[in-house]
Amino acid sequence: MKILVAVKRVIDYNVQVRVKEDGTGVVTDNVKMSTNPPDDNAVEEAVKIKESGKAKEIVAVTVGEDKAQETVRKALAVGADRGIHVKVDGTVEPLAVSKILQKIVDKEKPDLIFMGKQAIDDDCNQTGQMLAALLNWPQATFASKIEVKEKSLEVIREVDEGLETIEVNIPAIVTCDLRLNEPRYASLPNIMKAKKKPVEQINASDLGVDTKQRIEQIKVEEPPKRKAGIKVASVEELVQKLKNEAKVI
Amino acid sequence: MSVLLIAEHNNKEVKPFTLNAITAASQIDQDVHVLVIGNKADDVSKSISQVPNVKKVIHIDNEIYENYLPENFTPVILKQAENYSHIVCSANTFGKNLMPRVAALLDTSQVSDIIKVISVDTFLRPIYAGNAFATVKSTDQKKCITIRPTSFDPAATSGGSAEITKGDVGEATSLTKFIKREEVKSDRPELGTARIVISGGRGMGSGENFKLITQIADKLNAAIGASRAAVDAGYITNDHQVGQTGKVVVPDLYIAVGISGAIQHLAGMKESKVIVAINKDGEAPIFSVADYGLEADLFEALPKFLEELNKLNTIQK
Repeated sequence: MKILVAVKRVIDYNVQVRVKEDGTGVVTDNVKMSTNPPDDNAVEEAVKIKESGKAKEIVAVTVGEDKAQETVRKALAVGADRGIHVKVDGTVEPLAVSKILQKIVDKEKPDLIFMGKQAIDDDCNQTGQMLAALLNWPQATFASKIEVKEKSLEVIREVDEGLETIEVNIPAIVTCDLRLNEPRYASLPNIMKAKKKPVEQINASDLGVDTKQRIEQIKVEEPPKRKAGIKVASVEELVQKLKNEAKVI
Repeated sequence: MSVLLIAEHNNKEVKPFTLNAITAASQIDQDVHVLVIGNKADDVSKSISQVPNVKKVIHIDNEIYENYLPENFTPVILKQAENYSHIVCSANTFGKNLMPRVAALLDTSQVSDIIKVISVDTFLRPIYAGNAFATVKSTDQKKCITIRPTSFDPAATSGGSAEITKGDVGEATSLTKFIKREEVKSDRPELGTARIVISGGRGMGSGENFKLITQIADKLNAAIGASRAAVDAGYITNDHQVGQTGKVVVPDLYIAVGISGAIQHLAGMKESKVIVAINKDGEAPIFSVADYGLEADLFEALPKFLEELNKLNTIQK
């Protein structure tokens, strides 16, 4: 079995994001970038499945500018076998990303595709479902447990009401939740080894996918700031304030 | 131009967020039609037909729609979509799972999780966990939009009398099989719509200690929330998680207990009207969004809080 894992480079989740003064976006210069956190879970799950003997090969793929390759290298350092970097500059919307991934799937013919359920930059939560639609594959989104069976996966999904279990036929797409597993850290020797693993470079334009933006970003602004609050000295004061000042209890 | 809204329901009742989505849909265009796909879901269609903002209900009924699978829903939505300029549903796990599958096959770039309708093609949506708001304009002919339910008031549920028509059933999928849903049953208000939410974080120390939260929730008729750290630690189940990848809540009162206030948690609660933080670390970032901060050991503060609440003559419900 072959697993394709899609990873995205985003502003690190610990960074306090700042809006650019001219309203064209957020500040990314000299800001720490990392792999989108649930994409790390996707890589980890693929590696665990390979370690269990149920998968033979893991291919990590990313779509983005030159530096996006770092996320592929990181996936290689924790156990992916080879990488694909589809180069494209500027914003690529989930629809275009899923069309690019569709081309990669046509070529690679994986049995499973894993990725994070959502990217923490645009918070779109679309790519996995869109790719599933384009391929006419089943989708298991927000996965917190995956069991690999002969010709299917049994997946537990985190939904608003609690947990849902579904069975999807292979080939399938799974989008991973943060609780799926605990992503491992790459050891230094493995980071060195990863540098020797092959990463194929492809230009998005060579795949014949139109990546033109369909959504115009008119402006980006800071959300309204909350008024500074106060510290109360005691529980009694807190309850009095809630009762008589805020009038919420 | 008209809007097709995909209803979320359990075949008996409409899920409350569908009503919020109807409000947003009617701000895009007055001609709102609601698609109800279900199994023996006549009561759902009937109740939606009474929503004054709804002009028409399209009901598609078959046993294959007993459990909601996007692989089953998508083909019938696509068939209906021909007649509409906008397809919308709520941005909860229902809509997040479903809408992109529809959008991709309509070759539309979806606009996710909008918090404001600016015009028929322009919307406001949070990005970077709500640390920035983007105004975006969709240039696609057909627009697929998911709506952050807590940013819109629920539509009125009586007074309307929309026509109910039957729609065509599609083929059943062979790709996916529904096995089970484990819903956490509770007499408490739902987290997404509760007037008061009290949440615990890693500072709670154990699942057992959450009873301190439960007691206060009982007293205030509040829903119980949690930070991701508390869910990860196994103190409480995932359906309680508030944050960027959990639920977004906007209650009148949000009480954060033993929660440090990571960016990802703030994304889920910082629009609440009044925020209380109880934390023993005075430097915790949660205090920067709190209207009332109490720097205290929660194991002393919570029992005391309950005691003070018990002294009050009346408590709003």
